[in-house]
Amino acid sequence: MNPMNWPVVVPEIVLLTMAGVITLVDLWVTDAQRRVTFWLTQSTLVLVGLMHLGRFADGSTLYGMQGLMVADPMGHLLAFFAALAMLVSIAYAQAYLASRDMLKGEYFTLALFVYLGISVMVSANNFLVVYLGLELMSLSLYALTALRRDHAVAIEAAMKYFVLGALASGFLLYGLSMMYGATGSLDLGEVFKAIATGRINKEVLSFGLVFVVAGLAFKLGAVPFHMWVPDVYQGAPTAVTLLIGGAPKLAAFAITIRLLVDGMSGLATDWQQMLVVMAVGSLLVGNLAAIAQSNLKRMLAYSTIAQMGFVLLGLSAGVVGGNTFSAGNAYSSAMFYVVTYVLTTLGTFGLILYLSTQGFESEEITDLAGLAQRSPWVAGVMTVFMFSLAGVPPLVGFYAKLSILQALVSTNVPADVWLAVFAVLMSLIGAYYYLRVVKVMYFDAPQHAEPIRRSSGVSALLALNGAAVLLFGLLPGGLMNMCRDAIVKALAG
Amino acid sequence: MGLLSVAIWLPIVAGALLLALGRDEHAGAVRWAALLAAIASFVVTLPLITGFDTTTAAMQFQENLPWISRFNVRYHLGVDGISVWFVLLTAFITVIVVIAGWEVITKRVNQYMGAFLLLSGLLVGVFCAVDGLLFYVFFEATLIPMYIIIGVWGGPNRVYAAFKFFLYTLLGSLLMLVALVYLYVASGGSFDILAWHKLPLPAHVQLLLFLAFFAAFSVKVPMWPVHTWLPDAHVEAPTGGSVVLAAIMLKLGAYGFLRFSMPITPDASREWAWLVIALSLIAVIYIGLVALVQQDMKKLVAYSSIAHMGFVTLGFFIFNELGAAGGIVQMISHGFVSGAMFLCIGVLYDRVHSREIAAYGGVVNTMPRFTVFAVFFAMANCGLPGTAGFVGEWMVILGAVKANFWLALLAATGLISGAAYTLWMVKRVYFGAVANDHVKALADINGREFLMLALLAAAVLWMGVYPKPFTDVMQVSVTELLRHVATSKLQ
Repeated sequence: MNPMNWPVVVPEIVLLTMAGVITLVDLWVTDAQRRVTFWLTQSTLVLVGLMHLGRFADGSTLYGMQGLMVADPMGHLLAFFAALAMLVSIAYAQAYLASRDMLKGEYFTLALFVYLGISVMVSANNFLVVYLGLELMSLSLYALTALRRDHAVAIEAAMKYFVLGALASGFLLYGLSMMYGATGSLDLGEVFKAIATGRINKEVLSFGLVFVVAGLAFKLGAVPFHMWVPDVYQGAPTAVTLLIGGAPKLAAFAITIRLLVDGMSGLATDWQQMLVVMAVGSLLVGNLAAIAQSNLKRMLAYSTIAQMGFVLLGLSAGVVGGNTFSAGNAYSSAMFYVVTYVLTTLGTFGLILYLSTQGFESEEITDLAGLAQRSPWVAGVMTVFMFSLAGVPPLVGFYAKLSILQALVSTNVPADVWLAVFAVLMSLIGAYYYLRVVKVMYFDAPQHAEPIRRSSGVSALLALNGAAVLLFGLLPGGLMNMCRDAIVKALAG
Repeated sequence: MGLLSVAIWLPIVAGALLLALGRDEHAGAVRWAALLAAIASFVVTLPLITGFDTTTAAMQFQENLPWISRFNVRYHLGVDGISVWFVLLTAFITVIVVIAGWEVITKRVNQYMGAFLLLSGLLVGVFCAVDGLLFYVFFEATLIPMYIIIGVWGGPNRVYAAFKFFLYTLLGSLLMLVALVYLYVASGGSFDILAWHKLPLPAHVQLLLFLAFFAAFSVKVPMWPVHTWLPDAHVEAPTGGSVVLAAIMLKLGAYGFLRFSMPITPDASREWAWLVIALSLIAVIYIGLVALVQQDMKKLVAYSSIAHMGFVTLGFFIFNELGAAGGIVQMISHGFVSGAMFLCIGVLYDRVHSREIAAYGGVVNTMPRFTVFAVFFAMANCGLPGTAGFVGEWMVILGAVKANFWLALLAATGLISGAAYTLWMVKRVYFGAVANDHVKALADINGREFLMLALLAAAVLWMGVYPKPFTDVMQVSVTELLRHVATSKLQ
């Protein structure tokens, strides 16, 4: 019935092969020659990214591995952005790792496995494949967090991440097993059909759904499943925080769409309520807690929680009264939000890495004091990121928030309009702590007088990242349309 | 590329280039480049007036290109009789501001000049936007350079003032954003302001939209009781920042009433006019009295700005032609006069480094040429006939008499308190015996300061003696606007 259709999984095969090759190659290179592995990893990511981009442009939907995997435009686009995010993360991280004696082959191999996990997740069409991808990604990230094994804070963060992450995976798996029990299938399409018949025991479904949503919320880092986020963001080496905060968010979004929309859109009224509650909680807790932080990484962690609240709001506006007419609009808004958020976050953490030197982490907000005088360029780029995260036009973060608000208001449900008002009030609170970073950079006197000099390649990449945030702010139309095409085709497929 | 695009992007590009390339080592070159860019930006706006067709209320010099296709947002620019003068005013004030910062700003000159040029382009964009989202983007983006200007080059309490300024205005405008999105959905997917003007809306929706717009624009004007950010921002901002704030940024709020609140929600506007009128009268009377007791010159002028903007909103919401036109004239004249008042304080501050009225006395003895200007602008601030300040206030009061005699009487008391606090300040600062050694050591204004004050004085005098060019341009548009507001949009 369903053929193997090998071409669908070519990117994954390439990744797996290259991860193995790079592990082997790394055995023969010394620390001084580590550039070889670096460039091998980067070229693998470029190759796979281009493959995904090409297939996205192609626009077709294919099933492979006997229906276990699906290759649709949404998956390809997210996988492409994830490849880009990994590429940029590794480029930012390299100097930081090298100066801390962490630039070993493991980093590259594990990073490729993280990406392989993401790649599997975004194209999963089966409960077990979703889980497989998720575990592959998560286990690699746990190991990466503990990469600095003589560093107590990092080990503590890795333990927390592992224990809580395993718990979340357990939730998800338990929920999926309930779903399987109720519908008799692991295949997303079959589950969808079974739920649509309306003959399934609703209690079992709802019970399973709660666990699935809890597991997903954990991975997205939404309240009340957010406790790990601040500790892990702060405790992990910044180079790894970058990996955790970047591409995996795209994957978490992808499996949310796969499970909740592709598989269980019949239960949308149930899970939308949960998402709204979590969104409100995330916006409140994330924004309020971020105000109190003095550590930049921890502040960004809480800001992530708040930003994920916006994503959840977008996801909760898809189905109105059983009608899916606004689903494409809502989910593509959420996707645009995630993509632009990752773009901005990469830059922000990249900048923290850029400012760190041997033995100096530059992770307190006060470490940025007077940056505008030490290096106007770097301060300018950081300002762009901060105002984008705060949602001030003409930066891309504004259009992300606009899309979400538009999705909420266009449901024509009064409660959703008030939810939009609530969201903008929360982003007003958010503006305060982002502005504080700008204040420290521009209004305060520098604590270190020496100007900042770093490798020009990373500087150029950072400038490019900042330029992208600004450019997508001036002309956001293209990216928005890409996200919409991807979602519309995913919903149709 | 149309004229309006040039007017917007020329200063923005010049500002960005200065930010990117300027260094303090060649501050001189940066200053001249900024001046040239500012003058060029002003010159390109001149054809807007000379080529303006005063017989139509339609948008002129239009440019209409698709921008964000997903949400049907268009890069739609245009000016009508209401907005065209503000484009020129913005470009003109920017030239003055660049001159005003010439010797005063010595550190991070390129950032200072660049920020003002960027701000100028963005402000012009606000007045030209005919697309709701485009308007919002420009409207919000102006916060960024102003935040930096206050925070970097401001006074001792600048951080507090910068935050207060940013968050206050952001609160209002975020609520407006929800209103804009709502209108986008209600109009079936259009951000076109002109289409919104024709959109029928039920009463309760109009009320909520009106309140959302009111939140945004009343903070910006600012109206009592949400005015408290303004004295802080004015006092702490550098002279140039105060000038742009008073002369142009406050006008964004009043302009928003004309472009959004009144035509989009006419029924709610008429129903809730009493609220706006009451708050305007409080601004005129109460804030006028508050100004009287200020010890700090900048604070005094800041409160006087709030009182004068009270006349503007009062004029708009009595819904007659004299009132609305008077309000707009008052906006323009206040742009010149309040800008000039802040520049005068700046001139003194640069020399003595104090804004306290008590630190001065008898300035006329040491700075006679400067005092001529200062007293002239003070007279304009009181609304002396023959100066710009008179025309707008007089028109608004005449309009108010038509609406309700008692209203006019209350508003007219504002003229008295205005004269009282301004003249009392003039007496204490400029006249009398030389108060102390600082005043004794004052040097009179140099050529640069003379130039900027003379330019503004010429504008104030011109507008006071011959306001016809201003009123002619806006007449048709104001008539059209009021006709529109008088028509119910209820279904």
